[in-house]
Amino acid sequence: MKEYRTINKIAGPLVFVEKTEPIGYQELVNIVLADGTMKRGQVLDTSDDLVVVQIFEMTTGIGRDSGVRFTGETIKMPVGREMLGRILSGGGKPIDGGPEIVPEKRLDITGAAINPYARANPSDFIQTGISTIDGTNTLVRGQKLPIFSGAGLPHNNIALQIARQAKVPGSTEGFAVVFAAMGITKEEANAFMQDFERTGALERAVVFLNLADDPAVERIITPRLALTTAEYLAFELGMHVLVILTDMTNYCEALRQIGAAREEVPGRRGYPGYMYTDLACLYERAGIIKGLKGSVTQIPILTMPGDDITHPIPDLTGYITEGQIVVNRDLHRKGIYPPINVLPSLSRLMNLGIGKGHTREDHKKVSDQMYAGYAEGNDLRGLVAIVGKDALSERDRMFLEFADLFENRFVRQGFDEDRTIENTLNLGWELLSTLPVEQLVRIDRELIQKYHPKFRAGAKKE
Amino acid sequence: MEVKNQKTKDQKQGVLKRIAGPVVTAVNLDAHMYDVVKVGKEALMGEVIKIQGDNVIIQVYEDTSGIKPGEPVVNTGLSLSVELGPGLLTSIYDGIQRPLAVLVEKMGNFIERGVTAPGLSHDKKWGFKPLVKAGDKVQAGSIIGEVQETNIVHKVMIPPTAKPGVIKAMKSGEFTVDEIVCTLEDGREFPMIQRWPVRVPRPVMEKMNPTIPLITGQRILDGLFPIAKGGTAAIPGPFGSGKTVTQQQLAKWSDAEIVVYIGCGERGNEMTEVLTEFPHLEDPKSGKPLMERTVLIANTSNMPVAAREASVYTGITIAEYFRDMGYDVSLMADSTSRWAEAMREISSRLEEMPGEEGYPAYLAARLSEFYERAGLVKTLNGARGSVSVIGAVSPPGGDFSEPVTQNTLRIVKVFWALDAKLSQRRHFPAINWLNSYSLYLDSLQDWYDKEVSPDWNQIRSWAMGVLQKEAELQEIVQLVGSDALPETEQLTIEIARMIREIFLQQNAYDAVDTFCDMKKQYDMMKSIRLYSDLAYAAQVAGVSPAQIIAIKAKNELPQIKFIKDYKPELAKIEKDMDAEFNALRSAA
Repeated sequence: MKEYRTINKIAGPLVFVEKTEPIGYQELVNIVLADGTMKRGQVLDTSDDLVVVQIFEMTTGIGRDSGVRFTGETIKMPVGREMLGRILSGGGKPIDGGPEIVPEKRLDITGAAINPYARANPSDFIQTGISTIDGTNTLVRGQKLPIFSGAGLPHNNIALQIARQAKVPGSTEGFAVVFAAMGITKEEANAFMQDFERTGALERAVVFLNLADDPAVERIITPRLALTTAEYLAFELGMHVLVILTDMTNYCEALRQIGAAREEVPGRRGYPGYMYTDLACLYERAGIIKGLKGSVTQIPILTMPGDDITHPIPDLTGYITEGQIVVNRDLHRKGIYPPINVLPSLSRLMNLGIGKGHTREDHKKVSDQMYAGYAEGNDLRGLVAIVGKDALSERDRMFLEFADLFENRFVRQGFDEDRTIENTLNLGWELLSTLPVEQLVRIDRELIQKYHPKFRAGAKKE
Repeated sequence: MEVKNQKTKDQKQGVLKRIAGPVVTAVNLDAHMYDVVKVGKEALMGEVIKIQGDNVIIQVYEDTSGIKPGEPVVNTGLSLSVELGPGLLTSIYDGIQRPLAVLVEKMGNFIERGVTAPGLSHDKKWGFKPLVKAGDKVQAGSIIGEVQETNIVHKVMIPPTAKPGVIKAMKSGEFTVDEIVCTLEDGREFPMIQRWPVRVPRPVMEKMNPTIPLITGQRILDGLFPIAKGGTAAIPGPFGSGKTVTQQQLAKWSDAEIVVYIGCGERGNEMTEVLTEFPHLEDPKSGKPLMERTVLIANTSNMPVAAREASVYTGITIAEYFRDMGYDVSLMADSTSRWAEAMREISSRLEEMPGEEGYPAYLAARLSEFYERAGLVKTLNGARGSVSVIGAVSPPGGDFSEPVTQNTLRIVKVFWALDAKLSQRRHFPAINWLNSYSLYLDSLQDWYDKEVSPDWNQIRSWAMGVLQKEAELQEIVQLVGSDALPETEQLTIEIARMIREIFLQQNAYDAVDTFCDMKKQYDMMKSIRLYSDLAYAAQVAGVSPAQIIAIKAKNELPQIKFIKDYKPELAKIEKDMDAEFNALRSAA
């Protein structure tokens, strides 16, 4: 392999190389330092006279005397069944002291888009055991459902609880977990690892760790390595894979850093204009393919800067993913776990995975009715602050109480509490029965007759 | 404008100079703007978007990883065109009309690059029935025959740019799209297939003003903010407010004869949902599967950005083609913001001077050119056809002041403002009744008078008035509570709540409520009006608002939505309501 010593400029994570032979776009590059260490990078821009290389590590030690080797191929990742149970760096090297991965295959990490025609419609209900997800924002196999959180909120616990409890009722196949950490602290990483070990989940997990002090640019490839692994496990080995990506905010910061180093025209708040497409190329790598056994379900986690849901990172994510689970600071302050605010939360694929044959026929309407009741009660809280509870009509008071009940009984549950969907829905009916029957306008009479505790109790007497 | 014939022999070959993402530079290439070129050894499809001295800048419709400077670039000399003919319906295409089903056969479950596939099947035979005979005069746009494509009759036309002529011979029987079915006296021959450059609108005789509503079966749309056949509408809304569900409802239930649905930079699973659902849904009019009248274009968010840019043009060209046959076509573009972002991404790679928020300065021009391709027209063959365009807009952060929403609103006539607050309380469709508008109300008034009821327009204004009044009252209620309102206004609040919960809310997932015809809409609103009239009369007679609001019969009204044969039930409710009010009045 030819080695060039024609570096002209080094700026941030970018190295500009002159007078090369034709070099392919996105080719993998090795930079050899004077002391023999090697750093990896990728071609961002290539032309007759200049090649721009983005380095995935710190550029410390790279100088105009460093050697540049172009490998002639795009970044490929060795994958194999043995990866389960392993801990790898954010760049894909084993860091658990174990042997190198013996590759069964080498795959391009960019991944190709799944042909929409080849996709199967996701419709297998995943029971996470968390009422606010199962009952009102149902997750299905093949979905990408992010958790929108804020600094200092227990999103990691929610992700862990989902990873631990997720199952498809009636199916014996468990989930393999691919966990990719981008720029999280060692402490947070330890919490994840300990829980994985405590519950035995590590055996069925592949962990990629890019910690806060690892090179920021490496974060660009970490999720791609994770998703390439997930696709291999799902579509070649037929496993059901749950991918947890945390924290996507750090990923986007890295993207902005590279954009700035390339002196690109910035988009909103300095993030590159192509961030939507870039994020889509990650999030869209979830789904089910017709005729294949496995599935990739994604739970990306991101912290909203300043809890602002209109910030470009949550905003663009929300436009790509199939809903979002929003973690709320007020609920957290009230001491409610999991502090999921159902009002701005949404699962777009919910309707495919619920109802007769999936969960229960009354699921959709119970969920809608609870939403409406909670929203109304929540609005009234503002009014109570001004005029006091006494000025409310009786109807309003009932909704106000419903909102409190909803938070304390339906939202609140334990970190290890695993509710079945039956329990969640029955709990919903129990709460709804505190409202007069004629206020349940979103549920048709038949279902009320069948499931409303009042009528069920009545039916038993006869 | 004539589509240039293939000049395969004198193809000019250039050389790649620079590759940076989807935009590449070639030199020594004899090219014109928007020529389609084949890039690199793998012959990836691209389009010329800028010429600067010897440098030709090309946007590539496929992934450019691994392509090197020095590789060849070949100019096909053609503009980006689509193939038009039997076989379009029920198809699903990517942004440059490659059939996705064929791509799965050719390269498996993932979209690899360098694979070409024609938009129409060139092997399949169609039963062609001529409608003209030797000696007949034909001209551009003349219908010369028909093919039973699905339950839709596909009319075969003389291309819109052809000169007039006289038929010499027509064939009848089974043919592929390439076989000649029509010969003219002057020796010209026509197959069923036509090609048309996507960036050029297909010509029409004249554009007319729309006077008929596109009935969608969605109460808030048909009832309050109707769009006309041949009209334009925008649905802006933050994520999660129900843009896609609304678009899909329109694709399912609108009374257009042909539906073109463009998934532009959106989710893969959403397209799958359409693909699995539509074949099982019945057109409420014809009873045939909805898929039979549908053409889908899916360029999901992770497919190449340049093809996303092209996808809306591909879609509207197909829509115009069916319009030229005399059909009413509705086109849904979900989402035009992704299209605008594709323009922005390519513009920024060209290092063009950015306009507002980084969008290119020509954003407004491109949007208006696109929406202007909608319309009710007299086609070249004298028939009436229409293309209605409904574009979703995804404003960042739900902020309607951003450039794509603003530039869209300047052009479209109907604005359906989605509201995150409404969707959060599961008020669906989450269309805000105060911010939305339709500029077609006046021109559609006659139709509603004749087809629905002479008092519909009056009832509509009444309902809008109540909702408007409620909004004003709510501000007071927020401060002092509803009990402090005067009695008549307590009633107004209650009646507005009924309009919202009974009429405006509609469950897209309920088998009955998903589609509500105009007659039922009228009946439902009329019952609310009845309650309103009785309520105010009772209040004048001295009945207290609490008693009026507690009327039992009206609690049954919401159930009407879920009942297919609702008339007996509704009559009973109205009778009960009347009786209860009578009792109250005589007690007072």
